[in-house]
Amino acid sequence: MKVLVTVKRVVDYNVRIQVKPDGSGVMLDGVKMSMNPFDEIALEEAIRLKEAGKATQIVAVSIGPQAVQEQLRSALALGADRAIHIPLDAAPQPVNAARALAGLAGRENPDLILMGKQAIDDDCNQTPQMLAALLGWPQATFASKIELNDKAATVAREVDAGLEFLSVDLPAVISADLRLNVPRYPKLPDIMKARRLPIETVTPEDLGVEFVPEAKLLKVAPPPKRQAGRKVASVDELVAALRERGLLS
Amino acid sequence: MNRESLEFDVVIVGAGPAGLSAACRLMQLANEAGKSLRVCVVEKGAEIGAHIISGAVFEPTALNELFPNWKEQGAPVTVPVENDELHYLLSERRSIKAPGFLIPKPMRNEGNYVISLGRLCRWLAERAEALGAEIFTGFAAADVLYDDAGAVAGVVTGDMGVARDGSKKPNYQPGVELLAPYTIFAEGCRGHLGKRLMERFKLRQEADPQHYGIGIKEIWRIDPSHHRLGHVIHTLGWPLDNETEGGGFVYHDEGGLVSLGLIVALNYRNPYLNPFNEMQRWKHHPVVRRFLEGGTRIGYGARAVNKGGWQSVPRLSFPGGVMAGCEAGFLNPVKIKGNHTAMKTGMLAAEAVFEALQKGGVPDLDGRYRQSWVDKELFRGRNFGPALAKFGTLIGSTFIWIDQNIFRGKLPFTLHNRVPDHATLDRAANSREIDYSKPDGVLSFDRLSSVYLSNTNHEEDQPCHLVLTDPSIPIAQNLPLYDEPAQRYCPAAVYEIVEAPGQGARFQINAQNCVHCKVCDIKDPAQNITWVPPEGGGGPNYVNM
Repeated sequence: MKVLVTVKRVVDYNVRIQVKPDGSGVMLDGVKMSMNPFDEIALEEAIRLKEAGKATQIVAVSIGPQAVQEQLRSALALGADRAIHIPLDAAPQPVNAARALAGLAGRENPDLILMGKQAIDDDCNQTPQMLAALLGWPQATFASKIELNDKAATVAREVDAGLEFLSVDLPAVISADLRLNVPRYPKLPDIMKARRLPIETVTPEDLGVEFVPEAKLLKVAPPPKRQAGRKVASVDELVAALRERGLLS
Repeated sequence: MNRESLEFDVVIVGAGPAGLSAACRLMQLANEAGKSLRVCVVEKGAEIGAHIISGAVFEPTALNELFPNWKEQGAPVTVPVENDELHYLLSERRSIKAPGFLIPKPMRNEGNYVISLGRLCRWLAERAEALGAEIFTGFAAADVLYDDAGAVAGVVTGDMGVARDGSKKPNYQPGVELLAPYTIFAEGCRGHLGKRLMERFKLRQEADPQHYGIGIKEIWRIDPSHHRLGHVIHTLGWPLDNETEGGGFVYHDEGGLVSLGLIVALNYRNPYLNPFNEMQRWKHHPVVRRFLEGGTRIGYGARAVNKGGWQSVPRLSFPGGVMAGCEAGFLNPVKIKGNHTAMKTGMLAAEAVFEALQKGGVPDLDGRYRQSWVDKELFRGRNFGPALAKFGTLIGSTFIWIDQNIFRGKLPFTLHNRVPDHATLDRAANSREIDYSKPDGVLSFDRLSSVYLSNTNHEEDQPCHLVLTDPSIPIAQNLPLYDEPAQRYCPAAVYEIVEAPGQGARFQINAQNCVHCKVCDIKDPAQNITWVPPEGGGGPNYVNM
């Protein structure tokens, strides 16, 4: 069984995001970049499937500038067998990523596509769903447990009410939630070996897709500053203050 | 324990200016000689530059030697110092600008550049990798390995996935042995392995104790109308008193940014002194605040620097290895610069080790250092630190001006300061408390909101990396004698005295805040705190600091 895992390069979760003064985006100069944590979880799941003898080949794919190869190398160090880079000047919008990945799925014929449920930079949570729709495959999102047999996967989904169990026929798109697993650390010798492995390049032309943005970014702004609070002397004063702001009737 | 091991020709600990220059120089020497060389650099920061912090005004001497065509190669050294001022701050409002002739000559900055050392290190790392060195970030060198004869045989990286209680978590991964005939230690100031090596090989026997300062730095994006590219300001005096050494800096860097900070010598006497608060109030002085009004603070960090200079340089070579850069302590305290000497001693370490790889034996770094311009320049400035320590800032500076400008550092005597910095505190009972006014949230801030800007993170479930030799000392000794100074000297609010009703005082260590500055390891009066590396990748994630 072949598993395709998507890997996005994002600003590291520890970094305090700074918005560019002109509102065109966020500061990236000198900022630590990492593999999207949900993609790390998806990759870890693929590695565990392989270790359990259920998957035979793991292919990691990333879309973006040359720098995304760093994250592909991490994926190789962690246990991916192959890495594919789809070159693009900037990170794509979800629908474009889904189109490119659909094209790639047509070439690679994976039995399972594992993805993070969303990327922590744009928080879109759209690509897995769009990809499944474009491919006409079943999907299971927010997976916290995956059990595979030859023809289908049973997936526990994290939903508001608790867990929902789905069975999806393969091939399918499954997106990983936080509690699916705890990813392993890369080993230093494996990082070294991964530096010598090839990274395949598949261009948008090879896939017959064009990355024309479908959504227009108007502005990026930092969240409004929290106003200083004030202390109230009594419950009556608190109730009055809440009424004043229309928070109590 | 059964660990994996990897063999190299040279292992380098630390990817700062010294370690990376050593890696570049080693690969250059190997390539010139047509030899293949396996060089491995390990760095505890999550990536290159994550733990790098420096002013910085940069003297390009060593870079000129390492990469004569650095300009064509695109080194991020692009902002020449245009204007260089020294202000003596008399009080919280008043100041005098020192006329140029009054500034000790080595303190002048013609031909130097305002840089981000983090950026320069990323560039050096790219060069080192292009030349063939292997760099691994996110791996801390946890301990030194020795062979049967007692020579250094390499290092072992830290275990990952260990829980707070020492048990192994499901993602536990043992460290890896990195073995090599020679190891270059370049951990920076007060490296935890360097400390062990100095003890084991008695490297400090003929040297004065090392002396330190704490540097606290912020980066601000300022109102463009206040920005003057390449403008450099140093301050002396307020808010520090005459018996506390230190000074401030304001450097106008590219991108509308300003790097600013205050260095406070760690031989200060008053246990109530709080370097962080001194830095915060320093920003309120008109000389500094005029640039900051209307600006936004975007970065924060702190680091111990060594400033013992020439008298404090230890022996550098030992069987199986050498120490370079701030690990040994080559910062020139008169110039307040150590990046050029770190790079140069890294290069000298590479040359010594490359020679030893052919000839065997202990690498001769000490001889190379004594013949280099690093020794000459540190010798010339050797009386700076002790003079300030002995005579205070006012008379000390006068002496230094005469020493540097009239005698060019050639006075026929050498002053010494043999009191280590941890032994200088007065008793709290004999000291005055310092009234630091509350931060205004505009120019000055508290410690926690500052640490937030350093992007510091540690895996929470791991053993505490600040180890107390005797856990009773903070409350039983340090609190009554010195009002536990750790509460104040730590720039990241790691140490707290917590009073629980009915239970008395308790010493709390918030290790996840630690920005790896090493000041606690240096200043604790009982020398009871040992800094050891947390899980690899932990600590600050500085952006272009």
